Amino acid sequence: MFAIAMAAILVTMALALARARLGPTVFDRILALNMFGTKTVLLIAVAGFLTERPDFLDLALLYALMNFIGMVAVLRFSKYGHFSDTELEKKAK
Amino acid sequence: MPAAVTQITVILLLALLACTATTIVRMRDLWAAVMLTGIFSFLGACWMLILDAPDVAFTEAAVGAGIATVLMLGTLALTSREAKPPEHFPILPIAVVVMPGAALVFGTFDMPYFGDPFAPAHSHVMPEYMSDTVPDVRQIESHPGEPQDAHSDEHSDSQRNDSQDRGAHHGVGVPNIITAVLASYRGYDTLGETVVIFTAGIGVLLLLRGRRERRDVEEDGE
Repeated sequence: MFAIAMAAILVTMALALARARLGPTVFDRILALNMFGTKTVLLIAVAGFLTERPDFLDLALLYALMNFIGMVAVLRFSKYGHFSDTELEKKAK
Repeated sequence: MPAAVTQITVILLLALLACTATTIVRMRDLWAAVMLTGIFSFLGACWMLILDAPDVAFTEAAVGAGIATVLMLGTLALTSREAKPPEHFPILPIAVVVMPGAALVFGTFDMPYFGDPFAPAHSHVMPEYMSDTVPDVRQIESHPGEPQDAHSDEHSDSQRNDSQDRGAHHGVGVPNIITAVLASYRGYDTLGETVVIFTAGIGVLLLLRGRRERRDVEEDGE
């Protein structure tokens, strides 16, 4: 059961990798990276249940949080081109 | 995990890693290459986690997929988004990369097998560290069903005193074994690593600061 889930996740990973490779626009690739992070979370959870150590779920939660923060940083960067607020403030003036 | 499932998963993850690496090498769009390095880090983290190294996996995911991606994007903002195609076939770089790689692969022939209980990592100093740091291991393992609270307070107090005495006797009063190894047995190694990282951080901060001040001066001049 969990082995089938693992196989499905690996297939989805391969598909996300193909999208990151082909994806014509920037956002296809960002979405592929985000999706890959989600697949990592799922793979950790399934691996935890396969080894009968469900405490891996805590690790999976941490990965999910980190993936979210990293994605916000990448999206912000792709919109503004930098991270600092000072230059945005200068433009606003 | 059933051994066959683990092996197949590891092989598939390594195959995906190889696909990602070749794609990164052939990619001319650097933005896409940065996204693919993030994917590479996630794959590496999955692989390490399945090999039962969750701490290394977490570092790989946090540094490789999180911080490194953002830093590389910052670098792209300062430079260009397209890589220039190479003017000739890179024979010298390939030779430089292949020879150390072959030496490393040759070196793995002498390494113990994965999970070998007689490997030096498990038999050299580790038993001593374990017995010094965790003196209660056998006692806990011999009563697996009983929760710790079921004992009377006196008993657990005496156990704790015993472990503290033994720790103090060997100069290590740290109850957690990983902390004990990192902070005490390998304290000088950890100190050296921390100094290196601290120095690198100060250097980068100084470089970035000089750049920003110069830009401010230029803008004021205008």
